[in-house]
Amino acid sequence: MIRYAYIIPFLPLLSFFINIAVGKRLPRKGDWLCLGTIAVALAMSIGIFYEVFGAYDPNFRYHVVFPWITVGDRALLNTGILIDNVTAVMLLVVTIVSTLVHLFSIGYMHGDPRYSRYFAYLSIFSFSMLGLVLAESFLFIYIFWELVGLSSYLLIGFWFEKKSASDAGKKAFIVNRVGDFGFLIGILIIYATCGVLGYDQVFLAIGEGKLTGTLLTLAGIGVFCGAIGKSAQFPLHVWLPDAMEGPTPVSALIHAATMVAAGVYLVGRVYPMFTPDVFLFIACIGLITLFLTATIALAQNDIKKVLAYSTCSQLGYMIMGLGVGGYTAGLAHLTTHAAFKACLFLGSGSVIHAVHSQDIQEMGGLRKKMPITFVTFLIATLAISGVPGFSGFYSKDMILGAALEFGMKSANPLHMIFFIGALFTAGLTAFYMFRLVILTFFGAPKDHHKFDHAHESPPSMWIPLVILAGLSFSFWYSGWFGTLVQKPKSVANLAAISAPAKVATVEHAAVLAPSPHGDAVSAPAGTPHAARPAVHGELQEGGSHAEAERTPHAAAPGGHGEGHGEEGEHDAHLVHMAHTYAMYSSVAVGTLGIFLAFVVYSFGWINPARVANAVKPLHNFLQNKWYFDELYEATVINGSKALSRGLAWFDMNVVDGLVNLSAQLGVFVSFLVGKFDDYVVDGAVNGLASATTGSGSVLRRLQTGKLYHYVFVLAGGALIIFLIKAF
Amino acid sequence: MTLDKLLVIAAALFCCGLYTVMTRRNAVAVLMGVELILNATNINFVAFSFFLNRMMGGQIFAVFVIVLAAAEAAVALAIFLRMFSTTGTVEVDAADQLKG
Repeated sequence: MIRYAYIIPFLPLLSFFINIAVGKRLPRKGDWLCLGTIAVALAMSIGIFYEVFGAYDPNFRYHVVFPWITVGDRALLNTGILIDNVTAVMLLVVTIVSTLVHLFSIGYMHGDPRYSRYFAYLSIFSFSMLGLVLAESFLFIYIFWELVGLSSYLLIGFWFEKKSASDAGKKAFIVNRVGDFGFLIGILIIYATCGVLGYDQVFLAIGEGKLTGTLLTLAGIGVFCGAIGKSAQFPLHVWLPDAMEGPTPVSALIHAATMVAAGVYLVGRVYPMFTPDVFLFIACIGLITLFLTATIALAQNDIKKVLAYSTCSQLGYMIMGLGVGGYTAGLAHLTTHAAFKACLFLGSGSVIHAVHSQDIQEMGGLRKKMPITFVTFLIATLAISGVPGFSGFYSKDMILGAALEFGMKSANPLHMIFFIGALFTAGLTAFYMFRLVILTFFGAPKDHHKFDHAHESPPSMWIPLVILAGLSFSFWYSGWFGTLVQKPKSVANLAAISAPAKVATVEHAAVLAPSPHGDAVSAPAGTPHAARPAVHGELQEGGSHAEAERTPHAAAPGGHGEGHGEEGEHDAHLVHMAHTYAMYSSVAVGTLGIFLAFVVYSFGWINPARVANAVKPLHNFLQNKWYFDELYEATVINGSKALSRGLAWFDMNVVDGLVNLSAQLGVFVSFLVGKFDDYVVDGAVNGLASATTGSGSVLRRLQTGKLYHYVFVLAGGALIIFLIKAF
Repeated sequence: MTLDKLLVIAAALFCCGLYTVMTRRNAVAVLMGVELILNATNINFVAFSFFLNRMMGGQIFAVFVIVLAAAEAAVALAIFLRMFSTTGTVEVDAADQLKG
């Protein structure tokens, strides 16, 4: 099955082409085609996952390279696919959520005038996302990166008649461009120094020391900029809440489960190349995002906006988790979050479908009207709040543990802020999510007309909810995930001390001379990851040496993975202690948040309106999203407008002035030249002409036309000749 | 009868012809002057032929000239007829335009 993995992205691409061309004329407008192709992709992904899981090897890799652009004998650019454990999990996540969203959309988008185009767009998104997951080089992940951006733009602005929707699409696209530009710079730094773009080749080149120091840090930050944009991290988080203008299933698929997680996946993919400085930067961005967006979510009243900000916040958790060295933790949260957040979004879609409103202040009491939606929504909420037994607890706890471990190991006491901030935000998360649940499903209905109209959604909509809710339990993930997804060794840290020259040549030969059948480097177990043996060897033969090289800064994110057994006894104890503390405190804080939400919104012991009034400035501040849009309006947008005006002024006055001046000069010179022409050249010509005319008018008198004149001249001439001859 | 007398007669005839051509404005009169000039040359041809080499060449040439004069008179008179029909006159002064 894994041999045919490259087919997976092309299935949705095929249905995209068919549906965009003739979708309207197909029976049922082609929805079955898109659903069918993505279901086949899901089946293939399950097959691949089964194989990968069957191997049960943390170092599992399947790597195929085809030369794409060759110059002479040398492959200038390669394409191919890379499947390791993370890829297999991501494939499964993307295809499961995508399939369920396709299914959900059949009910949700029923009767839309552009029904077939909607499914075509979903297909092109699936194609791009699967391509992104399978990509094996920076170039290809960048291509698919832009393609998912495009499909996101198309789907956000799907109802483009609404101005807010088309604006949101543009905003998402433009804000993403900012991040993508950084990504491009990072890639260009890598290509300029290493000359290759495949992940493995780049890591090898960095390991050989081709790209080190500040430039490596810059390249890392550049690549991470792509993740900042796509994963809606501070300061580019502003597009994601606006992106909720798109259809709700799209929000679930693209803006909650898969595309926004692409940034996290990217960070995980290029993890070995990050330097400690980059890790610190990543952790800081993650921390700021998770806290900031969680506070905004507290004060929002739009059901999708709350979920959007919670998505931002959870993505912040993943990014921070990766930044503090919790590779497994971040990717685990990515996986679990995809399931429960897709469930939440589809649940909110079901609610919106039923009551035709997005304002949670108008809902309430829907628990009885929509029992299935309610139960699945509640399960997903428990998962995101980190209640034990649910998937969110498992992954968020790992992130908190990693953050605490990082703080405890670090020499800088300030680094504890990652744990404290994340822990506090875990409480906030539980609070605002339960606020959402209570206001939507509990209590008395606030708008009776809408309440009476509400009804449970059709099976095509609640079946995906049930499946996703089922995936929100932790037993699906615990155990194997931590074993199979393990932190790759950093090549950035070891660049100075390891010199894997032999491995490098082997790898290069393998990459540069693939067989035409394309299964040149298929190496599930035989030829393990090239960078790995080098690093392993280094650690085994000279563990103490590597130990000595570690700076206190690099301690947690760099050198060694969790539970490798190579750490000292003390370290192991520390790790265990960190995770235990993190678990207890996160459960305590989560429970506190849930309890507080019930106190405020259900039991009515505290009146939320009075609290909001008491801290009105703060409430306004949060409700207006920390005034980020206004800030950007004032700085970036007005700044660029002012710059444009300045440039326009420069154009109008300086550039145009210069042009006009040269024009005037030209006119003046032409005037002079004209005068010269008029008087000198024309004078000469006219003079010649008039001289000719004058001489002609004199000479014409000789030509009288009188015959006897001629005869007289003839005779006279003859006489003169005779006289000359005679004498 | 000597060559000199004949040449004097021919020269006198030539001068009469030339004078006629120069002074008369009637085209027919001019043509008559031309005939006089031609005949002056005929006298010369014949005179030189008779007195100098006794060959018949000069006299044959004179016959040619007479034929030529006849042909010329025919062509010239035709031209004068055309001229008269277009301009209404045979005055040579009127024929000072190259077209018409």
